[in-house]
Amino acid sequence: MGEEMKVIVFKLGAEEYGIEVDKVQTIERMMPITRVPKTFSFVKGVINLRGVVIPVIDLRGRFGLPEAEYTDQTRIIIVVANEMEVGFIVDSANDVIDLDSDSIDSPPDVVGGVKAKYLHGVARISEERLLVMLNLSEVLNRNEIIQLESLEG
Amino acid sequence: MDMNQYLSMFIDESNDHLQSLNENMLELENRPDDLGIVQVIFRSAHTLKGMAATMGFEDLSSLTHQMENVLDLVRNEKLKMQEFIFDTLFQSLDALQSMVQDITQGGEGKADVSSIVSSLQAIVRGEEPGGKQPKQEEKESASFNESAIHLDEFQFSVLDQSITEGHKVLYIEVTIRKDCQLKAARAYLVFDLLERYGEVVKSYPSVQEIEQEKFDRSFSLYYITQKEAAELKSLILNLSEIDSAEVVLLDHESLTELNSGVNEAAAASAPAPVEKKADSAAPSSADKKIPAKEAARPAAGSAPSRTIRVDIDRLDVLMNLFSELLIDRSRLEQLAYEVKRSDLTETVEHMSRVSSDLQNIVLKLRMVQVDSVFNRFPRMVRDLAKSLDKKIDLIITGAETELDRTVIDEIGDPLVHLLRNAVDHGVEHIDERVAAGKPETGTVKLRAFHSGNHVFIEIEDDGKGIDRDKILQKALRNGVVKESEAASMTDEQVYMLLFAPGFSTAEIISDISGRGVGLDVVKTKIESLSGVVSIESKLGQGTKFSVQLPLTLSIISAMLIKVGTEKYAIPLSSIVETGLIQRNQIRKVHGYTMIPYRDTHIPLMSLSELFSVPGFDESAEEETEIVVVHKGDRLAALTVEDFIGQSEIVIKNLGKYLPSIQGVAGATILGDGQVALIIDPNAFIK
Repeated sequence: MGEEMKVIVFKLGAEEYGIEVDKVQTIERMMPITRVPKTFSFVKGVINLRGVVIPVIDLRGRFGLPEAEYTDQTRIIIVVANEMEVGFIVDSANDVIDLDSDSIDSPPDVVGGVKAKYLHGVARISEERLLVMLNLSEVLNRNEIIQLESLEG
Repeated sequence: MDMNQYLSMFIDESNDHLQSLNENMLELENRPDDLGIVQVIFRSAHTLKGMAATMGFEDLSSLTHQMENVLDLVRNEKLKMQEFIFDTLFQSLDALQSMVQDITQGGEGKADVSSIVSSLQAIVRGEEPGGKQPKQEEKESASFNESAIHLDEFQFSVLDQSITEGHKVLYIEVTIRKDCQLKAARAYLVFDLLERYGEVVKSYPSVQEIEQEKFDRSFSLYYITQKEAAELKSLILNLSEIDSAEVVLLDHESLTELNSGVNEAAAASAPAPVEKKADSAAPSSADKKIPAKEAARPAAGSAPSRTIRVDIDRLDVLMNLFSELLIDRSRLEQLAYEVKRSDLTETVEHMSRVSSDLQNIVLKLRMVQVDSVFNRFPRMVRDLAKSLDKKIDLIITGAETELDRTVIDEIGDPLVHLLRNAVDHGVEHIDERVAAGKPETGTVKLRAFHSGNHVFIEIEDDGKGIDRDKILQKALRNGVVKESEAASMTDEQVYMLLFAPGFSTAEIISDISGRGVGLDVVKTKIESLSGVVSIESKLGQGTKFSVQLPLTLSIISAMLIKVGTEKYAIPLSSIVETGLIQRNQIRKVHGYTMIPYRDTHIPLMSLSELFSVPGFDESAEEETEIVVVHKGDRLAALTVEDFIGQSEIVIKNLGKYLPSIQGVAGATILGDGQVALIIDPNAFIK
């Protein structure tokens, strides 16, 4: 048995991703975003989160997925990593699960291994359900905007 | 004089100096022949002494003075550094450190340093310590320091005057019974009684120490009253658990005698405490440790102070909370405006007024006069001039100008750099000056003044000025500038090269400046304070460095404007005026859009183009609103769609994730809860 951990589960398209709960500050419904000019296209702007100005990025855009319309289900997950506070726009976020750290396998080797960078690993929740664990510090590494292809299998 | 405001600065700087003293002493121990290090140590000790003396920490300054004497001999090669000298100096440093520590903790920085002082004196006399002579001296000075009850000048004159005016001045010594359990309580009763009939001028131990039962069995005090001595004595003895009470009526002579510090006088009237003190002082001075707490003299008459010292962190918290409040205020104003209920509007308006007053006060709380930075410069310039063999007058004006505390804390170093620069590179040597037909004595002017939302600090010398060609040559050599660019550069651009990293034009590297680190650090530092530094110079006539600093770093007045659906804030400090122009006034000149403004033409920029605002096109408009902004003397106009109004805004940063964006200085939260970006117009003016 490895360590027990709690993970926030969110969706981008059909896939489910996980972020350790202690990295997540809050989950907010969609709110007005102020556009910031002259920056990456996936940076949607800044929001006012109870008096603090926080940049938000569209995680679909960050991973090179086609951007989607915002719906009732769209959420902004505020994460804290590397002393940065950033909001992630995701399709939905509605689950917290307990995970055994042993059940996380190292990310699959894909040609070039580029997309693996953003991942901590893949957790198998059930036979059909796989959860992609995000490597936040890499996702927030703004020096690098590399397309992450959709992960299969 | 109230020294409170300087105290924290004194503590900080003392710690710095002690640190550097320690480091340099260690280095000197490795290389005892390096007189350069001795110089550095000497300078630090010297500064420390000066500061301590100004602040009235006599023990501190007298000890440093003795250290200085020793160092002076070493420096002039009259004394060779030896093991025991190092030991004594290190001991002195430790003593200094504990004194500064004491001051930091709110103490008086008193300590019995007599043994160290006498060792240092012995060294100066050329003796090795440990001999008999210093011992004796130790005793003498120790007992002097410990004499029963020492009045300072002020207290003495109060007593003396009281006698003249016909009051009775009494010296009272009260001994409490041995078996008394609550000495402090008894002592309190005595004080209580005495204060009913007169005034206690000074007590030994001090009232605080008595309250904490830090006394043996007896305490003594000076007292002014109208009552008869005998009557008071019986009153005191009437209190329970009082063993004895000596009440001596003093006249001018006996007062002087008592206070003269002569042992006999003190011992006769107050034998117990002196003996006790002498006992404890002797062994401690023998092993040369500082009985820091022991020797603490009673607190000097606590003059009523109208200031309190507040932790800067608390002020920061206050400021943050206030910022939150300000955001809510704008939100409330907005809501009240929408709801349109007169009683609500009135209340909100009143609240706005109160909070503006509050804002002024909160901002003022953080303001410190630049004098607190400037006041150390005259000495510095004097010393520098001396060491460079130049004659320089430093003229300071506007020292009362106030700046935010955070800025004050940071601005010291850059200014030191600039001043050193002016003294070292700016003002010429005496013979050069005479040859150039200038007066022997050079002037360096240090000027501070307010202008708009900014404070300017200028350092101007009447020296040789900056040689454009020299800088260019050097820049070409260093590869900072290409030959093709050199000719077209304006003077100012050339001068700004001085701020490039690793750039120094001084032919001879002195220990004062010219190592090429420095000016670029100055620029970085000032820019980190959202300030701007610029240079004006006339060859042969002098140079002026001008530093522009924001008054405060967190709340500014701004003009809110609208472009398309987006709202932006422009700091009022950079706005010259707002206006309206006709489309047909816009001229295209060599690819630039210009508009006539006053007597000239200024460039016109479209904010919606600069920020690629979606869904807004002003080219269809007949008339366009413009904001004329300035950076220094240069002007430019920005087109906007609409003006919303003026507002106090709280500057927030955009978060670490976003890289710094050209033209955006930060963000603020508007009354409706939306975030608006703050435009930095300086970025648009080249």
